[in-house]
Amino acid sequence: MHDQPSVSELVLAVKSFIDETAGPNLTGHAAFHARVASNALATVLRDLELRPANEAAEIARLRSLLDASEGDDLAILNARLSEKIRSGDLTPQTPGLLEHLKTTTVAQVEIDQPRYSGLRTAKS
Amino acid sequence: MGSKSDFENSLHTLFTRVFGESAELDSFRRLSGGASQETWALSGGPHEAIFRRAPGGTSGARSSAAIGLPAEAKLISAAESAGVPVPKVLYILSDDDDIGDGFIMSWVKGETIARPILRNDEFDAARRVLAGQCGAALASIHTIPIETAPPELQSSGGLAQIAQYEDIYRSFEAPRPVFELALQWLKTNAPKPMEPVLVHGDFRLGNLMVDENGLVAVLDWELAHIGDPREDIAWICVNSWRFGQSDNRVGGFGKLQDMLGTYNASAGTSITPADIDWWEMLGTLKWGVMCMIMYEAFRSGADPSVERAAIGRRVSETEIDLINLLETAHA
Repeated sequence: MHDQPSVSELVLAVKSFIDETAGPNLTGHAAFHARVASNALATVLRDLELRPANEAAEIARLRSLLDASEGDDLAILNARLSEKIRSGDLTPQTPGLLEHLKTTTVAQVEIDQPRYSGLRTAKS
Repeated sequence: MGSKSDFENSLHTLFTRVFGESAELDSFRRLSGGASQETWALSGGPHEAIFRRAPGGTSGARSSAAIGLPAEAKLISAAESAGVPVPKVLYILSDDDDIGDGFIMSWVKGETIARPILRNDEFDAARRVLAGQCGAALASIHTIPIETAPPELQSSGGLAQIAQYEDIYRSFEAPRPVFELALQWLKTNAPKPMEPVLVHGDFRLGNLMVDENGLVAVLDWELAHIGDPREDIAWICVNSWRFGQSDNRVGGFGKLQDMLGTYNASAGTSITPADIDWWEMLGTLKWGVMCMIMYEAFRSGADPSVERAAIGRRVSETEIDLINLLETAHA
């Protein structure tokens, strides 16, 4: 399979079309949705770039927190982590838990909404 | 109903019912905002009014907690009697009007959009007094006699809300460890309930009409219920409702001490900022689950808009806020 243009290049081209051509020709609610669409594509671009490394690091942290063996995927590990928090096995006092959740969430918000004020607070 | 001209005819008839046979509707336009209710601005000659009605098509109700427009109208009148700044309810629609549920209220001039209120020079003076005014308004809201409230109002304290929002969150079968930790923390640290009062339920910028002198009206009463007074005080402190101005805990414009100062003086309570922490955690979690609900509307196919899709990527905002609050609680 070829990748010229790559997925990122295609998304960027569509985003430019919305920002520079389609968006300025829209008014009212449609103009608002065009801005939302453009922001969504910016999230797509960041997700494409950052997710693989983020998820690899998240899986490594989860294995260590949960004493899990190799092979379980991220969804299974996070479901297990959720269950252990719900049952009270893991609490805010558990060494490494808050740090893990913070690292994971910071990485997520940097993809989803990098200008969100709570992200600045978390990193300050 | 159905065609636009029917709707127009109904509006013209409605306008004369409110302002008399000689009144003539010159213009009407739909105002932006309000996904769950339609808001229209009507004007003709010397008369101006705001018309709120149920969405003309499919149901857009935010949740089963919404009290409905006739109850909202009655509640606004009760709030006026209690000294809360509100628009004046001029007319409540009946079946005869054949235009659905709704009511007509006075057109109060001012700004509801958060960003200009927080950033524009014309609101400089308003921002300095707004926290105190909000505290006084909330104290008045909380004096509305519960027995005069419309029977549609539900009773919902802190623990009931945890259960309610946990159920919704679990129904999506999308585990979020941060939500789990917040839920556990809330259950472990729940404070004793205060005496139940009538709670506005959505007291924040966006639902407050503000002019250059400060608060002029409290709007959007559809999430009102019977509950704990600290819920209203904390909701406007939730970081999402600070609209980027995180340093000002109250709505991005004020200090919590200032809001509590006027609140306590009027309500005869002694609520401290630390008493608000638990409720801010709950409010943040609730907003996170509400974002999941809005995304679910996309996922289920009920609302295919890009806006409903994108809001699913705002749940993480509430997660980082919850982390920040949990860190502070365990520092």
